[in-house]
Amino acid sequence: MERNITCIICPRGCPMTVKDVDGKLEVTGFSCPKGEKYAIDECTNPVRTVTSTVRVSNRKDTMVSVKTAAPVPKGKMMDVMALLRKTAVDAPVAIGQVVLTDVFGTEVVITKAID
Amino acid sequence: MNYDVIIIGAGVVGGMAARELSRYQLSVCLLEKENDVATGASRANSGIVHGGYDPEPGTLKAKLNTIGVEQLYEAAQQLHVPCLHNGSMVCAFGEKEDPAVQELYERGQINGIPGLKILTGDEARAIEPQLSKAITSVLHVTNAGIICPYDLTIAAVGNAMDNGVTLKRNFPVSAIEKGENGYTVTSAKGESVSGKYILNCAGGYADKLAAMVGDEYFTIIPRAGEYILLDKAEGSRVSHTIFQVPSEEGKGILVSPTVDGNLLTGPTALKVATPESRDTTPAGLEQVQRLAAKSVPSVNFRQVITSFTGVRASEKGGDFIIEESKNAPGFIHVAAIDSPGLTCCVSIARYAVELLKNAGLALEEKAGWNGHRENPHAFREMTDEEKNAYIRENPDFGKIVCRCETVSEGEIRAAIRRNPGAMDIDGVKRRTRGGMGRCQGGFCGPYVMALIAQELGIPMESVTKSGGESFMLTGRIGE
Amino acid sequence: MNEHAIIVVGGGPAGMAAAIAAYDRGVTDVVILDREPHLGGILMQCIHNGFGLHKLGQELTGPEYAAVYERKVAERGIKVYYETTVTHVSPDRVVTAQSRQGILKFKAQAVILAMGCRERSRGALNICGSRPAGVYSAGTAQKLMNCEGYMVGKKVVILGSGDIGLIMARRMSLEGAKVEAVCELMPYSGGLTRNIVQCLEDFGIPLYLSTTVAQIHGDKRLEGVTIAQVDQRRQPIEETKRYIPCDTLLLSVGLIPENELTRACGIPMDPITNGALVDDTCQTAVPGIFACGNVLQVHDLVDYVSDEAERAGIGAADLVLGANAQGELVATKPGNGVRYVIPQNVRKAGQDVSLFLRVTQPFGKVKFTVTSGDQVLAVAKRLKAAPGEMEKITVKAEQLANVTEPIVVALEEL
Repeated sequence: MERNITCIICPRGCPMTVKDVDGKLEVTGFSCPKGEKYAIDECTNPVRTVTSTVRVSNRKDTMVSVKTAAPVPKGKMMDVMALLRKTAVDAPVAIGQVVLTDVFGTEVVITKAID
Repeated sequence: MNYDVIIIGAGVVGGMAARELSRYQLSVCLLEKENDVATGASRANSGIVHGGYDPEPGTLKAKLNTIGVEQLYEAAQQLHVPCLHNGSMVCAFGEKEDPAVQELYERGQINGIPGLKILTGDEARAIEPQLSKAITSVLHVTNAGIICPYDLTIAAVGNAMDNGVTLKRNFPVSAIEKGENGYTVTSAKGESVSGKYILNCAGGYADKLAAMVGDEYFTIIPRAGEYILLDKAEGSRVSHTIFQVPSEEGKGILVSPTVDGNLLTGPTALKVATPESRDTTPAGLEQVQRLAAKSVPSVNFRQVITSFTGVRASEKGGDFIIEESKNAPGFIHVAAIDSPGLTCCVSIARYAVELLKNAGLALEEKAGWNGHRENPHAFREMTDEEKNAYIRENPDFGKIVCRCETVSEGEIRAAIRRNPGAMDIDGVKRRTRGGMGRCQGGFCGPYVMALIAQELGIPMESVTKSGGESFMLTGRIGE
Repeated sequence: MNEHAIIVVGGGPAGMAAAIAAYDRGVTDVVILDREPHLGGILMQCIHNGFGLHKLGQELTGPEYAAVYERKVAERGIKVYYETTVTHVSPDRVVTAQSRQGILKFKAQAVILAMGCRERSRGALNICGSRPAGVYSAGTAQKLMNCEGYMVGKKVVILGSGDIGLIMARRMSLEGAKVEAVCELMPYSGGLTRNIVQCLEDFGIPLYLSTTVAQIHGDKRLEGVTIAQVDQRRQPIEETKRYIPCDTLLLSVGLIPENELTRACGIPMDPITNGALVDDTCQTAVPGIFACGNVLQVHDLVDYVSDEAERAGIGAADLVLGANAQGELVATKPGNGVRYVIPQNVRKAGQDVSLFLRVTQPFGKVKFTVTSGDQVLAVAKRLKAAPGEMEKITVKAEQLANVTEPIVVALEEL
């Protein structure tokens, strides 16, 4: 197995290659250890932070922005979206306030304050 | 209710006819197929008050143009529609074209047009320094001017409504039936109104309406004109409207300031399939740029704000067709109104009213008719002190919504409320210039949508760009 | 007439950072004028994450990044005029604004322009075809979705691979819309690599390079677009035309600094950046008027906006305090492979100076050389360089001391 991965840790965007050498992943093309780790993670357990909005039930036509406090498995992004669609909060809300717990190992938190 | 007169088509001619008829003790209904007035030929044309040197002497066009210029200026003043007497110049490029300038001059003399002058290229460049060096002679038309065609239409319809005329929008006429006491006009949605007399001011559809009463002797040829509008940074490139003498490439592309301070170039003249055409084409836009640069080489086309297409309702005879139907008494065609239709809108309207009178309509003046319409742009023309006082009374006028054109929330609300009220994004744009500037509504679009929804009492999802199915949104998130 | 030491026009990331920096430098009489009912500017609709990695050492969403600065503004008691639109700035620093309170006049010792930028519109592109609803600039769609909670469409084509377009491709996909394609006129994307990966590749959205939207179809609502590959003059190639049905076209085709106030004030402009000509304190050629953030140059990262705004804030404060650096100005110029350099003038004032620049096209390994006449002032190597990513090169004070000739930044490919 060989896979080309563009590093996204910093704007430099190193072009990396991951090879499976006897069951061990070997990375070439990275410029820093963060890049190497990213490449291996992308092959073994890719994760993404999901950002979206949820409804504010006690305000007319109002949404508030949220994010997963930590990245979730890439394949679970749409599941997170489905959960968020069913979620509503009551204002006021503060940044960091937890909206959902136990979402694929993390929480969903508010990212914008509403008084 | 049986109206005295039904006018079909709320373009500049229909609107002006409605205003003329509103002087009399008559019930008048103005039908419009779209969600707003001025959506056909009156939406997008050159906006020129033509001096009158161009029409063939003896034609209806020549007659109505000659008397129409002053009538238009007078109406524009009463309606507070900005209008600029900037004059125009018709340019010849080289010896071969010089005789055409002389010919237009002579035609103008026959038509009785005041203030025509022939200038040499250098004399013209002394007045308009940006004119091409290749220009050898120029017909200087001092009585010509510029006006915004939809501004004028909106004002005319608004003034007519203020004087009692009924406007029915979204009424596309699908059938006309002759009855005992006039006509019954039915819309595609099944709604109907009846009236004793009909004015067919349907622009690109005037032939279809004529056919509904058995008149099939004329055919409208929709002709598209593509335009490019440039930023105000280019607005003072020329002060006159610059024409070219007619050549193999058609009647020529004009370069003109607009009343709002932009620079307008165009139009092309392409035969198209339908009056609804709004398409701009690569060939057309290329032609506009090339020929505009022929007259004024310094025009900077990197300053383009937008390009658009307007469709004129031409007819092969070349003249206006304004006459009573031979088949249907009391049914007056006001058709084939292409250039100089805007210039002639008042004289056409009065001519049509005269025909209605000849057909038996009693015209008794109405006491209290008011031909003046309050200036919709009064606020932006105020001094800082006046604005301050005004904002204190109406705080919404302090909140700027469209930053590019400096349009306030108060002005947008007023445009939705006053006759004929804006009902969609384009309607707000035409009345206030909100969203018409550099960002083309990028910033103010959502705000304007919310104001429309609020003022009309409809959900955001029902707000349209230009009526019908032109919805801006497809729903709420997560639904 | 309200008199203040410093007036900041715009309360987005640039305006807030400038105001805070000026305050912390010792000028407490700072006010911010903003047209919105809240601070934060465009950050408030950028609900995605990726902000603050450089500046704050953490990965935040736009509103969170804004909140960090908003808190600092509040802590310092910096006065903010909300829903106040500045309509004019005069060269003698009289600022005219309009709000529900009326026409307001301010006089300042220093003015910091931080109005941000706007998106290029369809009209400026001259795309042919009809004029239906459903054609949005990407940022407008972003605002409607993220701030107002509305979907602008279900089947989407995006023209332009700028970051806002890429971010919106992901956002609309997450909300259930089908993004059919992203078309980029240039042979390379102007967006950040992480956005190409996380916004397009993650969702299987194709990116077509050297491709444009040749025509827009539909009478009332958009019905489809014709896309086509472009030739070297960037004109559509007839044989490659292809129709894609869609109800929405998002445009992400570039940002333009909003410099109407700047131009009306008579401030000299750089035709390449579309921003004012400035010195290394972000002061324009009109004394006492500074410019920073996206109104000066379009940035790719908000972190750099904050940095630049801090320099402007400090520069303005020093001017007010009479502590501004003295010294001769030397011009900077872009050389081979470099599109522009900011600041366009640097002061020989015994301090290190940072130069910010963008390259003309994507490069692999490059070496930047900063020279003045025969003298080499600085050298910097990069593994790659792209127009979408701003470069920063610092010139040491001692190198600047003897400079007389214009300073040229050029690159060579390694």
